[in-house]
Amino acid sequence: MSENWQTMVKDVCARCGNDRTRMMDIVRLVQQECGCVSGEAMDLIARQVDTHRVEVESVVSFYAFLSNRPKGKIVIRLCNDVIDEMFGARRVAQAFEQQLGIEFGQTTPDGLISLEHTPCIGMCDQAPAALVNDVVVTYLSRDKVGDIVSTLKSDPDPRKLVHKLGDGNNASELVQSMVHNNIRRKGPVIFDPLPNGEALKRCLALSPAEVIRDVKTARLRGRGGAGFPTGMKWEFARAAAGAKKFVICNADEGEPGTFKDRVLLTERADMLFEGMTIAGYAIGSDTGILYLRGEYAYLRAFLEDVLHQRRNAGLLGKAVCGKQGFDFDIRIQMGAGAYICGEETALISSCEGLRGDPKNRPPFPAQKGYLERPTIVNNVETFCCVTRILDRGPAWFAEKGSKGSPGTKLLSVCGDCKQPGVYEVLFGITLAELLKMVGAEDAKAVQVGGPSGQLVGPSDYQRTICYDDLATGGSIMVFGPNRDILPLVDKFMEFFIEETCGYCTPCRVGNVLLRQKLQEIMAGKGEAADLDYLEDLGQSIVTASRCGLGQTSANPILTSLKNFRGEYTSRLIEPEKGMKPTFDIQAAVREAAAIAGRGPAHS
Amino acid sequence: MAKPKIATTSLAGCFGCHMSILDIDERILELVELVDFDKSPIDDIKEFHHRCAVGLIEGGCANEENVRVLKDFRRHCDILISLGECAILGGIPALRNTIPLQECLDEAYLNGPSVYNPAKTIPNDPEIPLLLNKVYPCHEVVKIDYFLQGCPPRADAIWETLVALLTDKPVDLPYDLIKYD
Repeated sequence: MSENWQTMVKDVCARCGNDRTRMMDIVRLVQQECGCVSGEAMDLIARQVDTHRVEVESVVSFYAFLSNRPKGKIVIRLCNDVIDEMFGARRVAQAFEQQLGIEFGQTTPDGLISLEHTPCIGMCDQAPAALVNDVVVTYLSRDKVGDIVSTLKSDPDPRKLVHKLGDGNNASELVQSMVHNNIRRKGPVIFDPLPNGEALKRCLALSPAEVIRDVKTARLRGRGGAGFPTGMKWEFARAAAGAKKFVICNADEGEPGTFKDRVLLTERADMLFEGMTIAGYAIGSDTGILYLRGEYAYLRAFLEDVLHQRRNAGLLGKAVCGKQGFDFDIRIQMGAGAYICGEETALISSCEGLRGDPKNRPPFPAQKGYLERPTIVNNVETFCCVTRILDRGPAWFAEKGSKGSPGTKLLSVCGDCKQPGVYEVLFGITLAELLKMVGAEDAKAVQVGGPSGQLVGPSDYQRTICYDDLATGGSIMVFGPNRDILPLVDKFMEFFIEETCGYCTPCRVGNVLLRQKLQEIMAGKGEAADLDYLEDLGQSIVTASRCGLGQTSANPILTSLKNFRGEYTSRLIEPEKGMKPTFDIQAAVREAAAIAGRGPAHS
Repeated sequence: MAKPKIATTSLAGCFGCHMSILDIDERILELVELVDFDKSPIDDIKEFHHRCAVGLIEGGCANEENVRVLKDFRRHCDILISLGECAILGGIPALRNTIPLQECLDEAYLNGPSVYNPAKTIPNDPEIPLLLNKVYPCHEVVKIDYFLQGCPPRADAIWETLVALLTDKPVDLPYDLIKYD
């Protein structure tokens, strides 16, 4: 037995070339075989790839989907983000606990099932949802839990939970998922028909510089949220010194409320891979990496197959489309449950087999990225846009949308609306128009751009969705007239506290303090000065944090203070001057009074 | 015009900060030119008699009596200063904060290796104030205006701060007065 696992670990390391930069793959595979990556396994891996145990352990301990202790044969990860909880995730959670007789964080005594919570798994349009190992189950309810548990107990194969397949490629043999695309509105850039390989052929007829010129003429900006001009990024990478360069696609869609990349990966995989290939040609790279978030592992076999077919069709591999001197291939790098890896430098760290820690900038990835080589990292949707730009031409693209934000944007709309799903809209649409489109005219608040974006109310509904006004990577969460705002903010803060990498103090500590103060206010123990405290501390976190996560992590507090101040002020109290309303002497002496068997002398 | 008043107290502290106040040495003669002491262990006045300009608080709150005194200071002083580590963060007494109260009492009075207590009693006279569930820094109980760090803060830092406050000048301590590592 003990020799077996050692052989297995050695074999896994060998298959990954005993290459420590492939640590993510190594530990994932070991966990797949053994159920966890034990201390002994870490020691052995470290020896095999010639590194230190701490390097292995730092990876295993960092990612939510990796563990050094055995878990159940089946791990149920119930999504507990804001939207899922709005639609009853807590009741579902209770039902699971009752049915299994364990609490979240525990494993059934027979070692069959573990219960865990997880932040957004990209299924907010069909919430509540859970991952059962890699299998996605959607539209959960209390009533369905009994059936799920008994099915798993009789046959521990999560695939048995899928009774009815979703639409489109969700039903394909390689996906077999109950996930629905929920494509509500198709726009010209992403969802118009696209002849496979045509854009690539057009690209290869141009010089790389001309391709970059076209992307710049189209004025394409990154669709992940930050909106950096794509052509400029490519130009930097092309001009950077070094023969080996990399194209990375960021498919680590983790911003709560976002699920448009899920739909693109399911329905527009060819368009994505073609865009990556075009990028490879433009910057002079022969290797692409698709960093796929662990939550979307159910799409992996399907995506591998698309890559395989593209190789067979000559669209990937040696001399792409017969173009001598241009070799390009793409591999898939799986993530393992870490929101921070959506930040591009953290994503690169993860690809290099490290903890998902952001890196210092400069140097920017376009100069020194993956393995210190020039690297471009673009969002799934950005690459899809590139393919369309080469298909229809930059002028066609540039005149769509609004002035500073050409093209269309995919929005993932969820929450209190009649038709949650993916909408391809022209940039420049007002929030009011969007809310009408999705059936949510009565919305009390909208979270634009996920927790790291802004929470806006009706006075902002005439503002437009574009880079210069309300920027979003795609997440639009709608909150109806009866929703209480502060608990939503609290939930968002919980998310950042959970997902901080912990490297810098403002983000790691600051957000805990913000949430503490928020909860005091929610408990009716806040005073007017606390709002200044929240603003000051929030601003310090924005200013002093190291990466994009930290710099935006105070936004739920800051934007709700700005746009929903009344929700705070209505809860404030006026304590005796100079006294802290949060200090409760009765509660503080209760324990001692019980031990001593007497009451307090002072009150 | 009457001289401004100051008051000092040691809550859950070791009196080290008060020793540091005394370490201003002969400048204490200058200080009494500037101020009168009200409630303070230095003159052994037990209760407030006047409104005070400044209150210096040593130590955090470990029991209900500490809370009573601290609130009393807040009500009587225009400016409150948390003086030293224990007032600011709880300090050494706060080491018990991670241990349940019953365990602390058992260890102190029953199980500790040097304890001699054949009657196995834990002191429980009604005169003894009840302990709080944990040691609180002062600013969690009342609003604190200034924090003077150090264990103890240097006498010069205390002196400079008091003189600045009493002469209505900004408190601007030189770096080497507040640098400890």
